Amino acid sequence: MGYKIVEREQWSEKVFMMKVVAPDIAKHRKAGNFIIFRLNEVGERIPLTIADADTNDGTIMIVTQDVGYSTAKLMELQVGDEIMDVIGPLGQPTHIEKHDGIVLCVGGGVGIAPLHPIAQSHHNNGNKVVSILGARDKSLIIMEDMMKKISEETLICTDNGSYGEKGLVTDMIKRVYEKGEKISEVIAIGPAIMMKFVAKLTKEYNLPTTVSLNPIMIDGTGMCGCCRVLVGTETKFACVEGPEFDGHLVDFDLLMKRQAMYKKEEHECSLKLG
Amino acid sequence: MPPRSKLGEIPRQEMPTRSAEERRKDFKEVPTGYTEEQALKEALRCLDCKVPHCMEGCPAKVKIPQFIGLVAEGKFLDAAKKIKETNALPAACGRVCPQETQCEERCVVGKKFEPVAIGKLEMFVADYERKHSEHEDLKVEKNGKRVCVIGAGPAGLACAGDLIKLGYDVTVLEALHTIGGVLMYGIPEFRLPKELVAHEVENLKRDGVKFKINEVAGISLDFGELRKEYDAVFLGTGAGLPVFLNVPGEHLCGVYSANEYLTRVNLMGAYKFPEVDTPVIRHKKVAVLGGGNVAMDACRTAVRLGAEKVYIVYRRTEKELPARLEEIHHAMEEGVEFRFLRAPLEIIGDENDNVVAIRTQVMELGEPDEDGRRKPIAVEGKIEDIEVDAVIIAIGTTPNPLIARKVPELKITKKGTYVIDEETGETSMDGVFAGGDAARGAATVILAIGDGKRAAYGIDKYLSEK
Ligand SMILES: Cc1cc2nc3c(=O)[nH]c(=O)nc-3n(C[C@H](O)[C@H](O)[C@H](O)COP(=O)(O)OP(=O)(O)OC[C@H]3O[C@@H](n4cnc5c(N)ncnc54)[C@H](O)[C@@H]3O)c2cc1C
Ligand SMILES: Cc1cc2nc3c(=O)[nH]c(=O)nc-3n(C[C@H](O)[C@H](O)[C@H](O)COP(=O)(O)OP(=O)(O)OC[C@H]3O[C@@H](n4cnc5c(N)ncnc54)[C@H](O)[C@@H]3O)c2cc1C
Ligand code: FES
Repeated sequence: MGYKIVEREQWSEKVFMMKVVAPDIAKHRKAGNFIIFRLNEVGERIPLTIADADTNDGTIMIVTQDVGYSTAKLMELQVGDEIMDVIGPLGQPTHIEKHDGIVLCVGGGVGIAPLHPIAQSHHNNGNKVVSILGARDKSLIIMEDMMKKISEETLICTDNGSYGEKGLVTDMIKRVYEKGEKISEVIAIGPAIMMKFVAKLTKEYNLPTTVSLNPIMIDGTGMCGCCRVLVGTETKFACVEGPEFDGHLVDFDLLMKRQAMYKKEEHECSLKLG
Repeated sequence: MPPRSKLGEIPRQEMPTRSAEERRKDFKEVPTGYTEEQALKEALRCLDCKVPHCMEGCPAKVKIPQFIGLVAEGKFLDAAKKIKETNALPAACGRVCPQETQCEERCVVGKKFEPVAIGKLEMFVADYERKHSEHEDLKVEKNGKRVCVIGAGPAGLACAGDLIKLGYDVTVLEALHTIGGVLMYGIPEFRLPKELVAHEVENLKRDGVKFKINEVAGISLDFGELRKEYDAVFLGTGAGLPVFLNVPGEHLCGVYSANEYLTRVNLMGAYKFPEVDTPVIRHKKVAVLGGGNVAMDACRTAVRLGAEKVYIVYRRTEKELPARLEEIHHAMEEGVEFRFLRAPLEIIGDENDNVVAIRTQVMELGEPDEDGRRKPIAVEGKIEDIEVDAVIIAIGTTPNPLIARKVPELKITKKGTYVIDEETGETSMDGVFAGGDAARGAATVILAIGDGKRAAYGIDKYLSEK
């Protein structure tokens, strides 16, 4: 018995959304949680954030970018198809506090998907959310309407200026900061390199910053340590102690190197796609 | 019954084994099993002692002389039944128990000659039964009470197997997508073929045990809700949390916990990559740190993935290696090099953060400590680098703290193991029982089975008195 796909939308050439029937996960998930899926008998275990959930119809929403073999295979599935294994909700839920200043939510590319439930939770808890959505080009800006619904203000930028402002998310952070409104917390999710530079900037500004890390995972339950990251001087297993951590303490360079560990094998696997 | 042979008349029957040359290249099982003739002959070596000391050495109290007697008569299926009276997983135990420190260590024949090959006979009998008989349907009246078993390792399976026979409605929850615990993700195919485990699980299913995979109690399932839903709960969650070394360089690319390495290869089948989707890197020179079964499995896996050099780096000497003797011999035959009296100091990487060497401190053995084990001490100034491109850490595991952290009523020891009642296996929380590695720290399959059975008894007692 698998997990049925009941909705599927293609948002750009490589980014797509699916709603999957998983009532228990929909009921128990909190902002910040993720799932691990395995497509079939020979599939690998791949983590994806729960971007949204609906307890009425028992579905969870996942948003993915096709970056390699398994995400490409997932993308081939259509409404009515089933995913063999879906495990979750995993990870620690987002820590939400009541803030007097704004919560600045910064999403890079498909990182906007994991950002959404966190921003939503801040919004639902009475915090004032300001969002910055950035990507390489227009086609990669996703979930704009969903983010606007929960944000006081939404700034959009692209590297090439094809949509919104031309520039990087860090430029947008600078702008918000310079306007002088109190920023209580920055949440940044996107490629490791983006989170690294956001953290660098917010450190200068002395703004508490939360990032959500995406190391390679296998079990997602704390039994292998494949997902280990260095936070300050401590080794943390992102799957059970994270995936959210203090951005000012994370060793992003190490994260990026470990993410690239299977480059050669990933290439070999992708050859199967033809 | 055929007369038993005179002491020492028949030599211990050698288990036929595939050559190191051949087996280095694949993941197929190493021993090929006794022939019927060999089993009959080996069984005659048992003296059928009045006071069978071998049984004292067996944590599951298998009726050893009785089952061996049945083997000697050629009643292999009856022998299987006899074992299964007390041990639900003989195919696994015959293969992975450290018999040399358990049943066979106490065997009287072994005082002067080689001990009776109890483990090999157990393996033969279990294999024979699997091939030659159908599972008999369980006939038992249901008592209407529901028990939840968390974790589908040997402890959980044994507990579930006994409870279902007592008439309980049993549901087993397993976090992974496969049932069997370490038997599936840890111990490799070449030592314990996965189809054997699957077969035992199939039998449990036919007996009526319900399995739910992909359920992580404590994270994806609320423990409090579970406790309310069932009349009793058994925690057989194992000791799956890998211990890292805390030396510099542990984060480099090419450093793995043995759990990760073995999970990729066994559970995810990465040795078949790219036929399956999970990759494993085929390193050239691999150092495995540790000297237990886990270390042996990791080093022999690395050999099979094509490594040219594989080292075991161990703090003490050959005599102190905690792994099963047979596995140590197999590893040596397969070309694994043992670097004894070496303690890891640092893992060294290149400019891209890939492992290039492991720096070790040369040790010597000092005076025996309280437990009589000679403690390794550093030989000052003697440092040795071993050139490798991967390091696998197999220095131990501890219980996963997930559930205990969320349920403060569950008392744990400093080592993170559940505090339990010696007789019933009950934890500090009413109606919650525990056993296996979760209650004793990383131990053995047969102890986990014993604990599962004890808890089944404890649960039955608890629910009958209620
Ligand atoms: C907690 C968590 C939540 C995540 N949420 C989402 C999400 O909501 N949407 C989404 O699109 N992605 C998410 N990811 C990343 C996603 O898991 C990876 O993109 C996926 O594993 C790639 O698999 P693949 O087989 O398609 O690509 P591969 O062929 O395995 O890899 C392609 C590229 O992705 C990199 N990569 C591989 N695995 C990961 C990984 N786990 N994380 C980051 N990079 C990786 C590789 O280095 C390579 O450059 C999340 C990761 C984590 C750990
Ligand atoms: C590589 C390796 C080789 C070994 N070799 C030998 C050997 O040769 N001989 C021997 O006797 N012993 C050996 N052992 C030790 C032996 O395997 C263990 O002692 C035994 O498996 C313990 O059984 P268990 O049922 O307590 O736990 P496990 O086998 O660890 O099973 C626990 C199960 O619980 C699941 N679980 C954990 N937490 C949760 C949760 N919250 N919710 C749901 N499920 C959960 C896990 O996924 C796992 O499947 C070896 C161990 C390893 C790792
Ligand atoms: S993925 Fe295995 S411990 Fe986190």
